[in-house]
Amino acid sequence: MTEISIDQTQTGLPTVQPTAGGGPSAVRARGLVKRYGQIEAVRGIDLDVAPGETFGFLGPNGAGKSTTINILCTLVEATSGSAQVAGFDVARERAAVRRHIGLVFQEPTLDSYLTGEQNLRFHGELYGVARAGAAARREQVLRMVGLWERRGDVVQKYSGGMRRRLEIARGLLHSPKVLFLDEPTIGLDPQTRASIWSYLADLHRTEEITVFVTTHYMDEAEHCDRIAIMNDGRIVAMDTPARLKAQVGQDRVQLTTADDEASIIGLRERFGLAAAMHEGKVTVSVPDGAAFIPELFTHLSVPIRSVTVQRPTLDDVFLAHTGSTIRDVESAGSDSSVLAALARWGR
Amino acid sequence: MSEVTDIVDDMIAPVRVLVFDPRHEARAAAVVWQRELIRFGKDRTRMLASLVQPVLFLFVLGVGLGSLVGQAPGTVRFTTFLFPGVLAMSVLFTAAFSGISMVWDREFGFLREMLIAPVSTTAILTGKCFGGATVATAQSLVMLALAGVVGVPYAPIMMLQLVGLLFLASFICTAMGLVLAARIKQVQSAMPMVQLIITPMMFLSGALFPLSGLPGWLTVLTHINPMTYAVEPMRAIVFDNLAVDAATRARLDPGISWGGWTVPVAVQVAIVIGICLALLGIAVGRFARTE
Repeated sequence: MTEISIDQTQTGLPTVQPTAGGGPSAVRARGLVKRYGQIEAVRGIDLDVAPGETFGFLGPNGAGKSTTINILCTLVEATSGSAQVAGFDVARERAAVRRHIGLVFQEPTLDSYLTGEQNLRFHGELYGVARAGAAARREQVLRMVGLWERRGDVVQKYSGGMRRRLEIARGLLHSPKVLFLDEPTIGLDPQTRASIWSYLADLHRTEEITVFVTTHYMDEAEHCDRIAIMNDGRIVAMDTPARLKAQVGQDRVQLTTADDEASIIGLRERFGLAAAMHEGKVTVSVPDGAAFIPELFTHLSVPIRSVTVQRPTLDDVFLAHTGSTIRDVESAGSDSSVLAALARWGR
Repeated sequence: MSEVTDIVDDMIAPVRVLVFDPRHEARAAAVVWQRELIRFGKDRTRMLASLVQPVLFLFVLGVGLGSLVGQAPGTVRFTTFLFPGVLAMSVLFTAAFSGISMVWDREFGFLREMLIAPVSTTAILTGKCFGGATVATAQSLVMLALAGVVGVPYAPIMMLQLVGLLFLASFICTAMGLVLAARIKQVQSAMPMVQLIITPMMFLSGALFPLSGLPGWLTVLTHINPMTYAVEPMRAIVFDNLAVDAATRARLDPGISWGGWTVPVAVQVAIVIGICLALLGIAVGRFARTE
C-alpha cells in the first residue's frame, strides 16, 4: 500500500507521528465535513490514529464528537472528505468497515430479555464469527470483563456497569481492529467508571486493537495515549496528554520550609527562579516539577518540610483551547437525560 | 464475509470489495429467527392470552350464532364452518405483534445492534418474518388440535396443508407489522396501530362469514384484503374433507371469483406468497431508508 504523506501544517496542529508499527493508520480522516441543513456539525477534521493506540476524543456535548464517530463507523455519511478505518473506506466499503470495528454506544443496545451469553451468541452469528472457537471466544471476552459467572442471567438482572461491560465484551467478540466507544462511562458512578477503564487498559495485553473513545470526562482522557480536543466542529488540539499539558503551562511546585524568606532568596540565587508566597506556601513554576524536586533537595540549604507538585490538568488545556472550563459543561450535563438529549441533538 | 478481493484502483491504494456471502446472510437470518423463538418461549402470558380470543370466537360466538343460524339437515354446523377462519385469526395478532415488536427493539436500542451488523437488512427482516411466522404457527397448533371438537376430521394431509397456510398467513401479518414498525417510532402507538390494521383484515377476510351473497362494497373490500387469499384456501381444504352436498358447499365455501373467473386455490396460494414477498420488500426498503 502506498501512503500519501499529508502535510500536517495545513491543519495548524503539531505534527504527531503514529507511535506504533509505522504501518497504515487504524483510523484516518481527511477533511471530514458534515452539514445538517444550515448547521455544520463537523467542519473539516483530519485524523491519524496508529494501530494499537488508545485515542481519546474530547469535547463538550454538541462539539461534533458523536457525528465524527458515526461517520467513522459508517452510520452517517460525510458531506465531504474521506475516511478509512482498518484500511477500508467508510463510504465505499461499509460492510468491510463494520466487520472490522467494534461499537459501544452511549445508549444501551442489548436485548435485556436474553442472557448475557445469548446476547454474545447473537452478535457472533450476525458478524459471521467462525463457529469453531466461537464458544471459547465468548468465554474469553466474558472473563475479560468479569461476567463469566453471570453469563446465564438475563440482562435485565444486570446493573448499569455490568451492562456496559457486556457491551464492551460484545464489541470485542468478533476480534475487531478498532473498538469505538462513544461515552462508555456516561451515567455510571465513579467506581464503575474506573473499573471500565481498567478493563480497557487490560485490553492491550490480550488484543491487538486500536481504541477510539469519546468522553467529556477530562480525568478519563488521561488514560489515552493521545487525545484530540474538539470544539465547535473542529479539532483544536491533538497530542499526548502530557505534551498538551506542557504546552499550556508549567508545573506548580509549592514548599513549606523552616525559613520561607531564605527559601525564596535561595531559589532566586541558586536556580534563577522567581518564587513567591501563594496560599501561605513558597510557590514556583517550573517546566518539569518531578525532575526539579531532587535538584531542590540537593541545592537548597533551607530545611524543607513538605513539597507538592501540581501538574497542569487537562482542564487547563481545555480552557486554553475552548475558552470555557469542562466543569461548566459537566455541571450543565449532570442530568443524564439532558446529556443524552444534547448528544442526540449534536449528532 | 471472509472472501475479500483486492482490486488495484488508480495504482494508489488497494480497494477491497466485499463479496456477498449467502452463508453469512443465512446465519444472520437464522439467529434473528432463533431470538424470536427464545423470546416467545419466555413469554408464557402472551402465549396463553393470545389463545383466549380464538377460543372465545369459536365456542362462544360460534355456538351462540350457530343457534341463531340453525342447522339444516345435510349441512355443517356453524362452528365447523367457523373453524378454518378462527384458525387464521389465531395467528393474526401473535404474528403482527412479532413484526411490530421492532418498535420496542428500536426503543431499547437492540435494533441498532442488528442494523449495524455487516449483513443486509433483508437478512435481518427475513429472519424476523420467519420467526414471527414460526411462533404464530406453533401457537395455532393448539387450535388445530381442537378440530375434532367441531367435527373436522384429523386427516394428516389436510393438517399439513393447514399448517403451511397458517405459516403463510402469519408471514403476511409479521411482514405487515414490520412495515408499520418502520414508520411508528412511539411504543404507545404500536399496539393501537396493530389493532387498527389487523382487526379489519380479520373481519374482511371471510373468516367469520361466507363471501357469498355480500353487497357490492363488501365484496370489493374482501377481495382486496390479502388475508382473504389465506383464509379461503384453508376453508376449501377443510371442506374437501367434509361430507357436504354441493349446494351447501357453494353457499358456505363459494371460493373467490374475479368478475366471474373462479380463482383456483393454487393461484390464491401464489398470491399469498407474492404478498409475503412484496411486504417484506417494502419493509426492507423502509428500514434501509429510515434507520
